[in-house]
Amino acid sequence: MAKSVAGPEIEKLIQLLARVPGLGPRSARRAALHLIKKKEQVLAPLAEALAAARDSVTVCTTCGNVDTRDPCTICTDPRRDHGTIIVVEDVSDLWALERAAAMNCRYHVLGGTLSPLDGIGPDDLNIKPLVERISAGDGAKEIIIAVNATVEGQTTAHYITDQLDGLDVTITRLAHGVPVGGELDYLDEGTLTAALRSRTTL
Amino acid sequence: MEWQDEGIVLGARRHGESSVIAEIMTKARGRHLGLVRGGRSRRMQPVLQPGNSVLVTWRARLDQHLGTYQVEPTTLRAAALMESATAVYGVQAMAALLRLLPERDPHPHLYEALGIILENLQDPASAGELFVRFELAMLEDLGFGLDLTRCAATGTQEELQFVSPKSGRAVSREAGLPWADKMLSLPEFLANGSRKSADGESLSAAFDLTGYFLRRHVYEPRGIEVPDARSGFVNAALKALAANP
Repeated sequence: MAKSVAGPEIEKLIQLLARVPGLGPRSARRAALHLIKKKEQVLAPLAEALAAARDSVTVCTTCGNVDTRDPCTICTDPRRDHGTIIVVEDVSDLWALERAAAMNCRYHVLGGTLSPLDGIGPDDLNIKPLVERISAGDGAKEIIIAVNATVEGQTTAHYITDQLDGLDVTITRLAHGVPVGGELDYLDEGTLTAALRSRTTL
Repeated sequence: MEWQDEGIVLGARRHGESSVIAEIMTKARGRHLGLVRGGRSRRMQPVLQPGNSVLVTWRARLDQHLGTYQVEPTTLRAAALMESATAVYGVQAMAALLRLLPERDPHPHLYEALGIILENLQDPASAGELFVRFELAMLEDLGFGLDLTRCAATGTQEELQFVSPKSGRAVSREAGLPWADKMLSLPEFLANGSRKSADGESLSAAFDLTGYFLRRHVYEPRGIEVPDARSGFVNAALKALAANP
């Protein structure tokens, strides 16, 4: 067994930091050492920010987004287009779409995709609240399903389409094709076929 | 230990930040798992989608180890499968069925059947019928094969119209008529020597037939639910067949 080089508090800090995505045991040690060295400038404000986040962060009961209030800032924003809802897998996807600023609309976060291998079924996802939201007359006219272009993502998209069948909404999904900066030579046949099918006039 | 084989990707589970554990139906070694280092990279993610055909090299120090896969794509059909509900539910439902098989147990005919069905999943006329035949082959390999070739009561091969829910054997119209309400219907396209293709009604009856025996012999004894992908596929296939009769 490896010998501890620091007190239990520091070891615990390193262990917890090592659980953060992107950090392994070695980088967690470096991060911990940096925090300890910059105690007043980084460690104290970080601890306060973490405590504040722990106390105030909540999941929006309308859309599944994370925010410090419920309903979240996006759901309560009157300037957003209430006629369109973008359905995303995760909050990180919502943030990515907000960064792109392509549409000023509302969202619905599923919390994952249907995955038989991981045992994730429809009841584990935020699909029922979406159907209830639309059925209750939320004002949405178009549902854009912006899930990943994976078999699991598209299975989820088709499942949602089935669940929303009969409701007065248009269901669309993101296009599949050549990414910006992508070289045709390196693309798989399926993506190329999808891109050719969705070709546009110049 | 090292071997090379062709296979079809059934799924991939995240392992750490950059790797995945790939589940691949191989031709000679059955359903086989292995670690793919860098499996979550931009290059590998499109390859490790269910339904794609790949050439794999498996390496491990001992045979019992999980081992690592080196994966080379051969036919990338996942993007085409994603286009229709029938295909996307179909590939998930077949993967769920194959997961019922023990690991590393060779089933070369199921591998061949999987490849053929994946090529035809977007054709509503044949997708449902092929899927039913795949379920029958699965029942057979799991030890609960149905005998649809001759009547269990009279031995005749003519006018087979029912299936006994108890024995899983075909019953002729004449012998089964008194118990018709208790019998399962045998669609004509599944009867011995039939060349008739499936229509909506017979396909629905065939799904009921295989669903009944899968539930009774496979899912219920194991305490698991019938996968959602199956009902998704059944609905999508019947809908697609009704739209393109």
